[in-house]
Order: sequence, then C-alpha cells, then structure tokens
Amino acid sequence: MTVPAHERIRAAIHEANESGRTALVAYLTAGFPSRDGFADDLLKIARSADVVEIGVPFTDPMADGLTIQKASRRALEAGVTLGWILDQVAAVREHLQAPVLLMSYLNPLLAMGYERLAARAEQAGVAGFIVPDLPLEECDDLDAALSDRGLALVQLVSPVTPPDRLERAAARSRGFLYAVTVTGITGGASGSGGGFHDYLARAQSVSPVPVCAGFGVRSAEQVADIGRVVPGVVVGSALVEALEQGSDPAEFLAALRPEAA
Amino acid sequence: MSAAPLLEDGPGLDDLLAGRLPDERGRFGPFGGRYVPETLVPALDRLEAGVKRYLHDEGFRGCLAAELRDWVGRETPLTPAPGLGRAWGAEVWLKREDLAHTGAHKINNALGQAMLAKALGAKRIVAETGAGQHGVASAAACARVGLPCIVYMGAIDCERQSPNVDRMRRLGAEVVPVTSGDQTLRAAIDEALRDWVSDPEGTYYLLGSAVGPHPYPYLVREFHRVIGDEARKQILERAGALPDMVAACVGGGSNAIGLFHGFLGDPDVAILGFEAGGHGAELGDNSATINFGRPGVLHGSYSLLLHDEHGQVQETHSVSAGLDYPGVGPEHAFLHTVGRVRYEWISDTDALAALDECCSLEGILPALETAHAFAGARRWAAEHPGGRILIGLSGRGDKDMPTLAKFPPGVREGDAE
Repeated sequence: MTVPAHERIRAAIHEANESGRTALVAYLTAGFPSRDGFADDLLKIARSADVVEIGVPFTDPMADGLTIQKASRRALEAGVTLGWILDQVAAVREHLQAPVLLMSYLNPLLAMGYERLAARAEQAGVAGFIVPDLPLEECDDLDAALSDRGLALVQLVSPVTPPDRLERAAARSRGFLYAVTVTGITGGASGSGGGFHDYLARAQSVSPVPVCAGFGVRSAEQVADIGRVVPGVVVGSALVEALEQGSDPAEFLAALRPEAA
Repeated sequence: MSAAPLLEDGPGLDDLLAGRLPDERGRFGPFGGRYVPETLVPALDRLEAGVKRYLHDEGFRGCLAAELRDWVGRETPLTPAPGLGRAWGAEVWLKREDLAHTGAHKINNALGQAMLAKALGAKRIVAETGAGQHGVASAAACARVGLPCIVYMGAIDCERQSPNVDRMRRLGAEVVPVTSGDQTLRAAIDEALRDWVSDPEGTYYLLGSAVGPHPYPYLVREFHRVIGDEARKQILERAGALPDMVAACVGGGSNAIGLFHGFLGDPDVAILGFEAGGHGAELGDNSATINFGRPGVLHGSYSLLLHDEHGQVQETHSVSAGLDYPGVGPEHAFLHTVGRVRYEWISDTDALAALDECCSLEGILPALETAHAFAGARRWAAEHPGGRILIGLSGRGDKDMPTLAKFPPGVREGDAE
C-alpha cells in the first residue's frame, strides 16, 4: 500500500516537529520572478522548507496583497498556466525533497476540469491543493475528485470563523489546516497577542491534522512566536519579495528558523 | 450562443416564479453560490440573516417605501416615445429610471442596502463603481443615512466618467482610484472585496450589481424589482395591455433583472437583454458575457464568464463603462439557460447611433449603457412591425460627456478607441 499523498504533507510537518523545529511552509508564485528559473527555485525551496506551496497565478487574486498580485500578473504575462506548472513539477518530482501543494483560485482548476486536474496532479507528484475562494460549503466536488487519488484539499480558517465552523473545517481538512493569521489579505501585518494565540490554540485543539498559520509572516521572531502554539508556519509574500530581489531562497528561509532569531 | 450545463431535472422557470430561487445554497439552478475567502463567510452569513429579518419586515419596508417616494422620487414615469415609434414603426414606452434621484436605477439598490447596513450596525460602507452611477448613488445614500462611504473605481473609469468622480466627492465619499488589474469595474470589485476582507465585521460592502456571492444577487434583485412592478402596472393603465417586448441593457444585469421580474410570468411578453458587443465577437473585443462566455467563477459566484481556456479572466471592451465587465449575474445565466430571456449583443457603433437617435427624436440623453437597449429594441422592431415595446431607460447620459466628446454627432465610422 502506498501512502496517500496527503499523508506525506502531514508526515513532513510531524518530522520537522520531531526534530525540534517549527515546520516551514514556503510559498512561491509559479514562474516569478522568472519562468526559466522556476524549476530551480522550486528545488532550492523544497530543500529548505518542509512543505512547498506553489501559487498558480490568476487574473483576479482577491485574497492577495500587492506583492502576490504583482507576481501573479508578471507570471501570467510570461505565459504561465496551470498545465505548464504541472509539467514543471512532474519534470523535477524525483528531486523534490518536500511535498508540494498548489495554491490556486478556483477558476483555473474549474477550467481544467476536476477529474483531469486530479489525474495530472497525481501524475506530477503534487500532494494537494489550497483554494482560497472555495469555502467549506462549496468544496464537495473538488474534494471528491482529489480524495479519490489521495490528494489533500487543505481547508482554511480565519480569526472570525465561529467555533463550530472551525471544528467542521478542521475535520474536513487534509494535509494540514491553514489558519489565516489575520482578517485581511496576504502580505499585510500578521496577528499577534493573546487573542491571536487563543485562536491558534483553539484551532490546534480541535484539528485532527496539524495547523499551519500564515498571512503576513516575515521574521524569525514571528515564526518562533507562532511556532510555540501550532506545528507550522506559512511564509508567502516575504519569500516572493526575497526571490524578486534576487536573494537566495535557502538563505532567506534559514534565517527564518527560530534558532536564527 | 454558449450552452451552459443544466441538469435535466434541475429547477426551471416555475421554481423561479414561485419564489423558490435562489435556493438555500444561493443557487439559481447551477448558477450562483458563494465562492469567497473564509474570512467573508461569517459576514455573508450575517448579511443573509439580516436580509431574512428586514427585507420583508413591515417596518423596514415602510421606511424604504417612504424614502423611495420622498427622496428618490418614485414612482418614475412611463413616457410614451412617439418619435422613436414613428421612426421604428412601433409603439414605444420608456421606463424612466433616468429621472430617479442621482440619475439612474442604481439608487433603488444603493438606498435599500444603505438602510439595511444601518439597521445591521455597520460602521462604514465600501462600494465599487464602473460608470460611477452606483458610486454616486452609494455616496448619496450613505450621506442620507449617515454612514461614511469609500468608493473604489478603476483608474480608467475615473477618467472616462470624471463628472461622477467629482459628484461622489462632493457628496462626501472618499473615491479611491484602482490602478491594479484592468483598472475598470472588475479591478474595482477585487479591491472592494480586499477592503471588506480586512474588516468584515465593521464594514458593509454595498455591491452595485446583481453579481457576487449569495445573498447579493438576490438582494440587489429585490431592491430593483420596483422597476418592473411599476412598469407593468403603468403600461396596463396607459396602453391597456402588456408590451409585446421588454428590453434592457445587461452588464452585471441589475436594472435588467429588476425590470424583467415584472414580466417573467407573462408568457406572451418577449424579454430581451442587450449586452455590450464592443468592436465585435472576438474574445477581448466585447463584454457580451452571455453571448460569448462559458461557465466559471468570478467575484464569488458561478455564472457565465469571459475567460480563456486556462480559466484566466479576459479583459473586456465596451464604449460604456457600466457594461465593461467580464461576468454577469447568476440569475441572468439561469434565465438564458431556461430560455425565458433572449440575450443579444450590440456594437459600440450601434449604441452610439441609438443614443443620438433618442436625443434627437425624444429630447432625452440616455446613458451609453442604456443606448444598447435602444439599439436592440430598434432591431427587434424591424422584425416585428407595430409591436409594443417597453424599454428600461436605466440612466441618463450626462456622465458620458467626456466619452461622447470623442464621437461628435454624425461621425461614426472607425471608432476613436
């Protein structure tokens, strides 16, 4: 029996925690800053992070701040498509040292068709999906197509999610539960303080899968702070900015490890 | 015409007429739903609860009716248009939403939602606008109910509808030009949604078209139903009979859905919606979503959409800012699919000609959006001599003067854009 792909995500987070680290989930927009450098960036990031999220560019990224809006637009101008991304991942899958998820708005996934999407994702070695505009009530069809192949559909919760809903989202989530740290868009200020910790702790206490928290995480201090409450931290816009500035993603991610704080 | 998927045993027109649509999941058949970030779900749940509590509440309805009468100036007239009638060989009636306060139908919804927001305890209002008509209506309604108003407007639209930008600011609204995305209505909605996601508890999003996540398409339709209800009563009184055909322009589709609802249950009344055909049928040359689109998800609902094979939303074109939008309300997608409403498209050139014709024969300057309905009605009249036509005159064209300056009367070949 092979292990379902979503279990690989959970195992990667668990493994990081076992070795005394907060799991780092690293996000990059596919094909940004350059289309040609994408496979390289992906491999480098997969060596430094515990889980990798590849952002599928979309014309109307309504949950994203300026950094990812701009990266998405540039990637689309460079001709990046969902099909191209799956091909790129498939080409390097043997060398990827961390499980890879795609983060995509729903419409590009719908356009490919869920069955074809799930088949191609499985073939490419993609472990799952995060879909920021697909709430619990609308996710049955995609979830069914992905589950059939053991792929994860990661559910998101936010600080304004009521307790009973949080429980249902956690129960439904595969791979991990994505706890959005703020009521807001990506790349802004992250959450902090007592209420914030309570929210994360509440999510962790009801979730059968590990909780990873993200939106606006930029520093080793934040990673350490969040890592005290939940198993994983998502780093997105900050890494996209580092890539844009030509920084080495491995160095950037190493500097985020709490031990570097 | 695009073929949308519809289950054979799915709901039909009867369900809509019986008030069973949208269903509890916010669907009109396959269309609609609620595709939004998790952060907005509790806010939409609260809005839905508020809609259930107030929309049919006698006290709320009474206050709204009084404001519609005293402040908006309803009911709006039904005007016979004998000049157009003679030119077209038809009997033409105009439902005059251009005479409503702030100059377009948009005020029906803006006022209704602003009063609802106030009742729900909102601290501030955000709105998007394309042609600026919804922005002006929102600014005015917010001033009336006493709430601060922030309007997101694409930078391109700010330029082509500059008189409305000044009006919004004069009415106390903060206008934020949107330079991201396509810099038109679609980018303005993206930006308004981002604002709302950042403060879902204190902010009320006053959406201006019959689009977006449930319950917006329903809510916006309910506030605009007054157009069709009045028009049906008025034409029965004045003409002694129902019209043979009802026409409206369709962008997101708010004025059209309001007008159409008065006549959906009259099987002998043909209902036609006219979309913006821009320069032609190629993807990117128009905003005729129902004519050329395929199902997809944008701005929170599943409907017809102008997008490419990769699911990327296309930039659109129309001379009219209010129709320049790649999506359409889910209820229109439904009405198209069940065949109750026919949706056709009108080119920029024909819309401009129709605008001039209405100016010269009736002494009325319609909005460029509305001009699409006139061009479509004219075409229908040519095929149905002597027919009785009711046109939804959704707004006045004063705000279009910067655009119209590029098209002096009589000069029509080779659009300036």
